[in-house]
Amino acid sequence: MWRTVHSIAGLLAAVLLITVATSGAILSVSPALDRSGATIPAQGAVSVAQLAGRVVNHYPQTEQIKRLPSGVIVVYYVNDGTPGADRVDPLTGLGVGSYQPSPLFRWVKDLHRAFLRDDGGRLLAGLTAAVMVLMCLSGAFLLARRSGGWRSLLKPLTGTGDQRVHSELARLAIIGLLLSALTGTYLSAVRFGLAPEPMSNEPAYPAEVTGGTPATVSSLKALRETDLNSLHELVFPYPHDPLDVYSLSTRQGSGFVDPSTGELLEFEATTSHSRLHGLILSLHTGEGLWWLGLLVGASSLTVPVLGISGTCIWWHRRSSVDRSLNNADIATADTVILVGSEHNTTYGFARVLHEQMVAAGRRVLTADMNDLAQAYPSASMLFVLTATYGDGGPPASADSFMLKLNHFHITHGLSFAVLGFGDRQYANYCRFAVEVDEALGRIGLERLDEAAFIDRQSSRMFNDWGHRLAKRINVPLSLVHDPVPSTRFKLELLDRADFGAQINAPTSILRFGPARKTGMASYLPWRGVRPLPEFEAGDLIGVIPPGDETARYYSLACSSTDGLLEICVRKQPGGVCSGFLHNLKTGEQIQGFIQPNPDFRPAPGGHPIILIGAGAGIGPLAGFIRKNNARNPMFLYWGGRNPQSDFLYQPELDRYLDDSRLTGLTTAFSRTDNRAYVQDRITEDAPTLRDMIEKGAQILVCGEREMATGVRQVIDDLLVPLGTSVDTLKREGRYLEDVY
Amino acid sequence: MKHPLLTLVLTVVLAFPALALAREVTLTTQMANYRGDGAYLALYLTDSNGVYKGTLWIAGGKRKYYEHLRDWARGSRMNPADYDGLTGASVTRGRTLRITLDLDDSLFDSGHEIRIDSAVEDLRDNRSDVVAPLTTEGAGIPISGRGYVQSFTYEF
Repeated sequence: MWRTVHSIAGLLAAVLLITVATSGAILSVSPALDRSGATIPAQGAVSVAQLAGRVVNHYPQTEQIKRLPSGVIVVYYVNDGTPGADRVDPLTGLGVGSYQPSPLFRWVKDLHRAFLRDDGGRLLAGLTAAVMVLMCLSGAFLLARRSGGWRSLLKPLTGTGDQRVHSELARLAIIGLLLSALTGTYLSAVRFGLAPEPMSNEPAYPAEVTGGTPATVSSLKALRETDLNSLHELVFPYPHDPLDVYSLSTRQGSGFVDPSTGELLEFEATTSHSRLHGLILSLHTGEGLWWLGLLVGASSLTVPVLGISGTCIWWHRRSSVDRSLNNADIATADTVILVGSEHNTTYGFARVLHEQMVAAGRRVLTADMNDLAQAYPSASMLFVLTATYGDGGPPASADSFMLKLNHFHITHGLSFAVLGFGDRQYANYCRFAVEVDEALGRIGLERLDEAAFIDRQSSRMFNDWGHRLAKRINVPLSLVHDPVPSTRFKLELLDRADFGAQINAPTSILRFGPARKTGMASYLPWRGVRPLPEFEAGDLIGVIPPGDETARYYSLACSSTDGLLEICVRKQPGGVCSGFLHNLKTGEQIQGFIQPNPDFRPAPGGHPIILIGAGAGIGPLAGFIRKNNARNPMFLYWGGRNPQSDFLYQPELDRYLDDSRLTGLTTAFSRTDNRAYVQDRITEDAPTLRDMIEKGAQILVCGEREMATGVRQVIDDLLVPLGTSVDTLKREGRYLEDVY
Repeated sequence: MKHPLLTLVLTVVLAFPALALAREVTLTTQMANYRGDGAYLALYLTDSNGVYKGTLWIAGGKRKYYEHLRDWARGSRMNPADYDGLTGASVTRGRTLRITLDLDDSLFDSGHEIRIDSAVEDLRDNRSDVVAPLTTEGAGIPISGRGYVQSFTYEF
C-alpha cells in the first residue's frame, strides 16, 4: 500500500517537488548570506536608544529602523524629499550601503511558493508541500520495512545502484525534508484560511499623549531599556505632529513610546500563538536560524536525485514484469507458478520456468502469491518462487499470502515445490520461503521436491534446480536466466603469480588490464585502450568461460583506481572456469562483467577492522589493506597450507606492515609440523579480539564455506562473555561474509 | 494575457454625515516601476494637519498586512467599519488604479487632503507616499508620489 502511494504521488508530483525543493535550497542560502553581512553586538551591549541616537546623527529624517531576522539593521529615511533605505552599522550608525532586496532571491521565492503565478500557484505549492509530507511518511514506512523494522533504521543498508542511492539519501535527508514539508504545509494552510491565523494584537493608539517638547531619541527611557537584539522595528513619529508617538515592536510585543516622557504606552505582549507562528516561519525559511536553513536546504538538494532515482526504480520494477506471459486461467491451468517479489526480479526467473513448461505442453498460470485462488481445480503442480524481504519478512507481492492460504482448498493430486531467493550473508536467509514451504506442507499438500534456495540470484543454482526438478516431474527443463545486466567487457592478462603447485592446491594471482584492440584498429592513433569499468575491492567479477553461458564469480582484490583488475583464483578439480583462468597466458583475453557487492566493505571511521580469510579468500582482504590510506587499525588473520608454497601476497603484506596500512598479521599453516588453522589463531587471540569487538571493531570474513562456518563458531564462542553473538553483529553490519 | 496597463474602474459612494452637495470624483493612481510584488495602498482623507478623517479605498486583500499602511492604520485604528466594502486587490507596478466616488463639496478648498500610504512585501513602508490637497483648481493636475506611486490625479 505504502509503495503504491509513494510511487504514484512521487511520479505525479515529481516535477513540482523538484522545483519547490531546488528553489527552496537556493533560498536557504539567503539567511546565511545576510547573517554574514551583519554586525551583531553582544546581548546588552547596545540599546535601541543608543542605536536610534547614532542613526539620527547620520540620517536626520529617519522614518523607521528595522532589525531583520538576520541581525541586519535597515534605516528608512527621507533625504530632500526622496525616500531611501540603507543598511547601517549598529555600532556607529553609519550607512554601509543601500538596502535592496536581491531581485534574484525575490524571483526564486516567487517560484518556490507560487510557481511564478498568483493564488493558483500558491495553492499548487501548498499541495506540493502536502505531497512531500506524504512522500516522507510513506518513504519512512518503506525504509523501515526494508531495514527490518523501525529499530533497524539506522543500521547499514543493503542493495545496489539506484535503490541504494535512493534509500541512503532519503534516510539522510528525511528529517530536513519532513521539517520543510510540514512547516510549508502549515504556512499554506494559514494562507488559505485552513489553519487559524495568529491574532495580531495591535495595541490601541494611546489616548493620552503628553504632547510636550520631544526629547532626543537616545534619551527615551523605554528605548534605553530595550536591547537592540530584541528589536523588530521602531517607527518614528511624524515630525510635524506634536501628538504623534514612536511605535516600537520587539520580540516581546509592541507598543508606543511618548516622544517627550519616553514612557512605554499601551504595550501588548506577543501572544503565544503568534510566537509559535513566528517559530514555524523561522523553521521553514531559516530566517534568524541560518545554520538550520543551510541544513534543511542541503536536505532539499537531495530531492532531484531522489526524484530521478525513484523514477528509475519504478521503471525498472515495471519493466521487470513481463505482461506478455501467456497465462492459462484458474479453472484449466495444470501448472501454477506463484511469485513473491519485492522489485519483480524473481519474475525474471519465473518467466523462464513458465516458458519452458508451456513449451513442454502444459497450461501454465503465473501470478502474484497474493493472488492465490481458493482452489486450482485442474492443477497438478504448484511452484512457489519467492524472495524474502527485510528481516525475514514477505516481499510486497506476497504479504497477504499466508492469510489467503487459510481459505485454500486442496484438490486431489496437487503437489508443490518452493524455490527461495536470498542472500546467504544474512541471518534470515530465505526465511519466508522456508515458512511458505512449511505452511504448504502443513495444510496437507504433497512435496514434489524439498525447498531449494538460490543465493544472490545465482544463475548456476537456478539451472541446477531445474535439472533436479526435471527428473522429478519428467519434463525436460533447461532453466537459463542471468538477471545480471550483460554489459560485458574484455580484459587482457597482464601478468600472473602462481602458488601452491607443490602442495596440490594451485592458486594464482591474475592481473588483468583493459583489452587492447587488435587488427587494423591497433594501428589507429587512438588505438589506446578502453578504460576499465568502475569497481572496488570486494566487488565481484563475473567471468564467462568460452563456450559457456553461465558466469562464475570471483572477488576483486583491487579497485579500478589501481589501474588494473586483480583476482586470486584457486584451481578447482574439474572446474571449467578456474581451469580456463589457470591456463591463461599473458596477453590472452577474457570476457566478464562487474557485479557490485557494496555490502562487503570495511566500514568508514576509525574502528579496528579484523580481516579473516583462508586460501584464495585473501584477495579482497588484500585489496582492502591496499586501500587503507587512512591507516585505520587493520588486522589480518589468514590461513594457508605451507609458507614455502602458497603464502599469497607475502611481499605485499610485508610492505603494508612497514607503511602501517596493516597493523597486525597472524598466519596459520595447515601443512607444517605445528599444523594450525586460522580458527586456532583466533581462539589464541580471543582476549585481544574481544577487546577490539567491544570497542566497535568490524569483522570481514572471506573464503570457502567450511572455513567461514568454523570461524563463525569460534567467534561465537569468544563473544559469549560480551553477551552478544555473530548474528547480532551481522545485524549491526559488523560481521560481513563473502563465502563461496 | 495581461495588459501592461490594467485599469480598474470602481464606483463607490462615500457617505459623509452632512451629505449636502456631492460631486463625482475620479481618483487615478499610476504606480511606478519599482522592483517588487503588488503594492498595498490606503487612500484616505485628512485635514490640513494630517489628522485622519475617513477611508476612501484600500488596495490589498490580506488584513494582516494593513498595519504596514502606517499613518492610515494609526488614524483609522484599523477599524473594519471604516473600510468595509472599500477594498480591492493590490496594485502591481506599472498599473493604474482608478476609483470613482462621490465627495461632499465642503471637502474642497477647506484644507482637506487625500493621502496615500503604500507598502510592498520585503520593501519599505511609505507613509504619505502621496499628499494631495483637495482644491478646485488642483483637479486634473498630477501630483508625484515619493514611493511606489508614480503620480496621483483627481478629476471631476
